[in-house]
Amino acid sequence: MSKLLSIKNLRVRFRTKSPLQAMLQKIDDPYIDAVRQVSLDIKQGETFTLVGESGSGKSTLALAVAGLLNAAEGQIKFMNEDVTSMTSSQIMAYRKKISFIWQNSIGSLSPRMSVGSLITEGYKIHNLKDRDLKMEADRLLKLVGLPTNIKERYAHELSGGQARRVGVARAIALDPKLIIADEPTAGLDVSVQGEILNLLNKLKDDLGVSLFVITHNLNIVRHISDRTAVMYLGRFVEQGQTDDIFAKPRHPYTLALLSANLTPYPEASLKNRIELKGEVPSLMNRPNGCEFHTRCPFSSKHCDNEFPPIHTFDREQILTCHYPLNKN
Amino acid sequence: MSENVLRIRDLSVNYQTDRGVLKAIRHVNLDIPKGSIVGVVGESGCGKSTLITSIIRQLDDNADIPNGSIEFEKQDLLKLSLDKMRNISGTKLSIVFQDPMSTLNPVLSIGRQMIDIQYRDKISKKRKKQRSIDMLTKVGIPDPRNQLNQYPYELSGGMQQRVSIAMALQAGPSLLIADEPTTALDTTLEVQILKLLKDLQEEMGCSILFVSHHLGVIAELCDHVVVMYAGEIVEHGSTYEIFNNPAHPYTVKLLECDPASISKKQRLLPTIPGEIPDLINLSGGCIFKNRCDQSIDRCDKHTPLLNEFNKNHFVSCHLIES
Ligand SMILES: Nc1ncnc2c1ncn2[C@@H]1O[C@H](COP(=O)(O)OP(=O)(O)OP(=O)(O)O)[C@@H](O)[C@H]1O
Ligand SMILES: Nc1ncnc2c1ncn2[C@@H]1O[C@H](COP(=O)(O)OP(=O)(O)OP(=O)(O)O)[C@@H](O)[C@H]1O
Ligand SMILES: [Mg+2]
Ligand SMILES: [Mg+2]
Repeated sequence: MSKLLSIKNLRVRFRTKSPLQAMLQKIDDPYIDAVRQVSLDIKQGETFTLVGESGSGKSTLALAVAGLLNAAEGQIKFMNEDVTSMTSSQIMAYRKKISFIWQNSIGSLSPRMSVGSLITEGYKIHNLKDRDLKMEADRLLKLVGLPTNIKERYAHELSGGQARRVGVARAIALDPKLIIADEPTAGLDVSVQGEILNLLNKLKDDLGVSLFVITHNLNIVRHISDRTAVMYLGRFVEQGQTDDIFAKPRHPYTLALLSANLTPYPEASLKNRIELKGEVPSLMNRPNGCEFHTRCPFSSKHCDNEFPPIHTFDREQILTCHYPLNKN
Repeated sequence: MSENVLRIRDLSVNYQTDRGVLKAIRHVNLDIPKGSIVGVVGESGCGKSTLITSIIRQLDDNADIPNGSIEFEKQDLLKLSLDKMRNISGTKLSIVFQDPMSTLNPVLSIGRQMIDIQYRDKISKKRKKQRSIDMLTKVGIPDPRNQLNQYPYELSGGMQQRVSIAMALQAGPSLLIADEPTTALDTTLEVQILKLLKDLQEEMGCSILFVSHHLGVIAELCDHVVVMYAGEIVEHGSTYEIFNNPAHPYTVKLLECDPASISKKQRLLPTIPGEIPDLINLSGGCIFKNRCDQSIDRCDKHTPLLNEFNKNHFVSCHLIES
């Protein structure tokens, strides 16, 4: 499989104080690093999932990939083109190749627009006048398994599952190469969730798109994803093949995350639960040494003063830790 | 005999729509025993939020309640004036939503908001502040005295959710309603919040009505589980019974669809074929009949009733009755 997206050493910053406030309060660097030193590759036709701590920068990373936030450092290459040095008209063309599915699909759909105009809105935004919008709408609705007469309905008249499908139809309208789905199934029951994920999987096979899925739901990650990255305080602490991550988590945070996954089925539970101590540190005040050491149940010598080395295991399982778990 | 904090009888809720009357909830009976945690699960659109908003009297404008009663501490909430209702909600009856920012005010400090919600109490501001600090300590917010000066957006999602729980519990409610309070959180925070809810519930003796699509969370937290389908309660029972001995065909299928229950990796996830019936044009008989693979003649004509199937376990299905 060839590389679709390749990110090297990405950093995304947010300003936390206005220049005046910063001057008055004598803050030299009034920024936080929401994403720091992130490197990843997504291959064509691959499903890449991103899991991790709430507020660790997952959505920020996705927005930067889509060119909606600027990188402070690092490189984003998409089909071998350097996104970070594109002109604004190039960025416009680039954005057509990437589309989003948001968590709150009813909320993100405009209530005044019919389903038909919602799913063909992209053609208008990108000035594709040659398309027959009615035909396109029918084609897209069929692809996502909705009846074509749903075109005349409005967003609030749809069920949760239907609204998600409309969101998917919108996302594939411009023949994207990459679909970014931020919590695509949160708030859905397990059956409708299955339908949406099966649909995404089918589109992936039929249209050859790659998927970048962000979620807190580890149960779906295990089934649908090829590769997984685990994020903590803006960094990837571990990434690798999804099967390896679940079978042999090597970073203590990954283990904590997996082991906290609740299930009514003891025989299918992921790991024995380990508890994290303390609080998630603030991005304004990153811990020294390994940034996870304040909460790590296994922290030991060097963890509180030396930044951990990067280890690479078989099958490209990469992690940053002084004392990786499951060594053999 | 255990006392009930909440007793819902024969509750129905209709929405007026362009296509006609949508019967979102029909003839629902539900008891929440004092000091217990009751979970509600069911298909997206089965009426969970409608049920909750009818309890707190915040249904959408196009809704009406043709019949039913919601008895809370010996009074029917549906008969109360809106003024009286406002006195109850936020004190004896509290709610926590999925998005903590829907209850927190972004432009006021945490401390200001926590003091403001105590406006009914005739005590000094200093005591109110102390109480707020105590409550933040209870929900595990470090350094609570300083946190009072923070604004909600300066806190992480998990901290915001803990603050909203602190505010919901501050007045010592007898019933806490929680609508998917942990869906937006990572698993480690989710476990922390659930543990917190359970500890506080035990300590303060309140009851909780907990809505979630996450079956693992329901199993971990709840004493009793209610399964809804298309506006009706089709099964309810102790958590053990529902997960180990599910009886209604819908419940059985729902549990089978949970990807957590499938230990071997599979790309194609199970789903329940077919669609939820149109709540505007309901035909008689069993509500699940068009998706049930075991349906018999009776299911077409007669609506099944909730019957005791096992100790502390009720099911509404003709296959079980016969
Ligand atoms: N526009 C912004 N300005 C300043 N800070 C921001 C902004 N957007 C996000 N942040 C901060 O950046 C960090 C990362 O946020 P982000 O939304 O990317 O996290 P996330 O991993 O998607 O979290 P969640 O799991 O809760 O969705 C957080 O600390 C957040 O408060
Ligand atoms: N204001 C409204 N007008 C018309 N129909 C409505 C309105 N609010 C809800 N409904 C309909 O009532 C039914 C029940 O909706 P409700 O939001 O209570 O379901 P839910 O179980 O909370 O779903 P979810 O799991 O998606 O949150 C659905 O068919 C929904 O489309
Ligand atoms: Mg996010
Ligand atoms: Mg709801």
